[in-house]
Amino acid sequence: MAKEILEGAMAVAHAVARCRPEVVAAYPITPQTHISEELSQIVADGDLEAEFVKVESEFGAASVVLGASAAGARAYTATSSQGLILMSEVLWNMAGMRLPVVLGCANRSLSAPLSIWCDHQDAEAVRDCGIIQLYAEDSQEACDMHVLAFKVAEDKRVLLPVMVNLDGFLLTHVFEPTEIPDQALTDSFLGSYEAVLKLDVDDPATFGAFCEPDKCMEGRWMVHDACLRSLGVIEEASAAFAKAFGRDSGGLLEKYKSDDAETILIAKGSICGTIKDVVDELRAEGKKVGLVRLKTFRPFPREAILAALKGAKQIAVIEKGGSFGAGGVMTPEVKEVLYDAGLRIPVSGFCVQLAGREVPPDGIREIIDRVSKGERQKAYEYFRLKQELLPDLVP
Amino acid sequence: MNKLLSLEKLSIGCVAPPGESLANKTGAWRSMRPVFKQKDCIGCRACEMVCPEGCIFGDPKKKQFDFDPDYCKGCGMCAVECPKDDIDMVMEEK
Repeated sequence: MAKEILEGAMAVAHAVARCRPEVVAAYPITPQTHISEELSQIVADGDLEAEFVKVESEFGAASVVLGASAAGARAYTATSSQGLILMSEVLWNMAGMRLPVVLGCANRSLSAPLSIWCDHQDAEAVRDCGIIQLYAEDSQEACDMHVLAFKVAEDKRVLLPVMVNLDGFLLTHVFEPTEIPDQALTDSFLGSYEAVLKLDVDDPATFGAFCEPDKCMEGRWMVHDACLRSLGVIEEASAAFAKAFGRDSGGLLEKYKSDDAETILIAKGSICGTIKDVVDELRAEGKKVGLVRLKTFRPFPREAILAALKGAKQIAVIEKGGSFGAGGVMTPEVKEVLYDAGLRIPVSGFCVQLAGREVPPDGIREIIDRVSKGERQKAYEYFRLKQELLPDLVP
Repeated sequence: MNKLLSLEKLSIGCVAPPGESLANKTGAWRSMRPVFKQKDCIGCRACEMVCPEGCIFGDPKKKQFDFDPDYCKGCGMCAVECPKDDIDMVMEEK
């Protein structure tokens, strides 16, 4: 099938439709809206046999797909930012109940101040709930990762919700040459979904029931265990996808010119496109620079990260988020991986983008330049913070 | 009952079969216990009906009621609602 020039969100909607979800529920929120709007159109046109449930909020949307999944249906929802946060209570339940819902997240900043633009704080705020988190670099990958997401989620060794992250506006609203996954290939790749346990009036059971302390910890641990087990399943499913569709999708991480690199950057999402350009420029200048792009952030692929980073002389973690009052989100996790391996490679963490702040290539160059010269940060840095905008910090 | 479910062992997703609320003995949560004084009881069954656990049983004709210690959480609603003040809540001590 040929590539078409498609808007990212539209392409994702059509890729999701090819996965044949039986229930879709979503509430509009910028910049996700085009995904659910298009899916609603596809259902209304009769091109997808699914129930599109119009809900009153994202809490409702998440609850509907949770219920649908518990009843044995393949279910999909999409959201952004405040919507994801409103879903968060349900997401913990979804993971605990081991329901393989797929969720598309068009990454957008959280309030306040109000912003509709991209960063990763929304998804990172729900990083601990047991939902698998994949991050796309471009539209094609955002489409393919949705197919992969259903495959991984529904695998009997996993049975967890999977979130496909695509950067708001930077991917959702950009037109790129994209190939919608072929219907016949998608059908044979995914097969139909058969729930292990489902709601059945003739054979009643309770999902999310009360569990006494003598059992509950084991119930929670099983989420952790399944999440870890998904590492292998993601790799396996990605290889199967590449074989079936003839292009790579997903996997745990991508190593870009990092094998012999002295300075390695680690990042996720669309910013990796910019970083790759800068790496190419610096390589042309003879500098040993590379990128490790995280495609899977949860579960955190510790072994793959260690293997990719252990030869570096210095590492910069490029983030689009942070944990206020602590530091970065990925930065401490990368440090932990190295620490546990007995490696003391200097790691510097940079927040380069919150709420859509532009990250030009010269910013990436500056970071590489600084860490290559041996500058080592003790604290997480909010990169190019405009001091001139700040008031007296204690009024 | 679904063969994947049991009351003894967890299932994937901790899905519970029917009867789980009987298996979960919540009496250990109690710090106060009701004492049915059986002095002024009129057999109105208010205690039995307001009990959120459904664990008060008795015979209105005999004007005798008692509670199931396996499930009573000690909420005290029976004592508050008893029109004859015939139920005391006392500290659960061992």
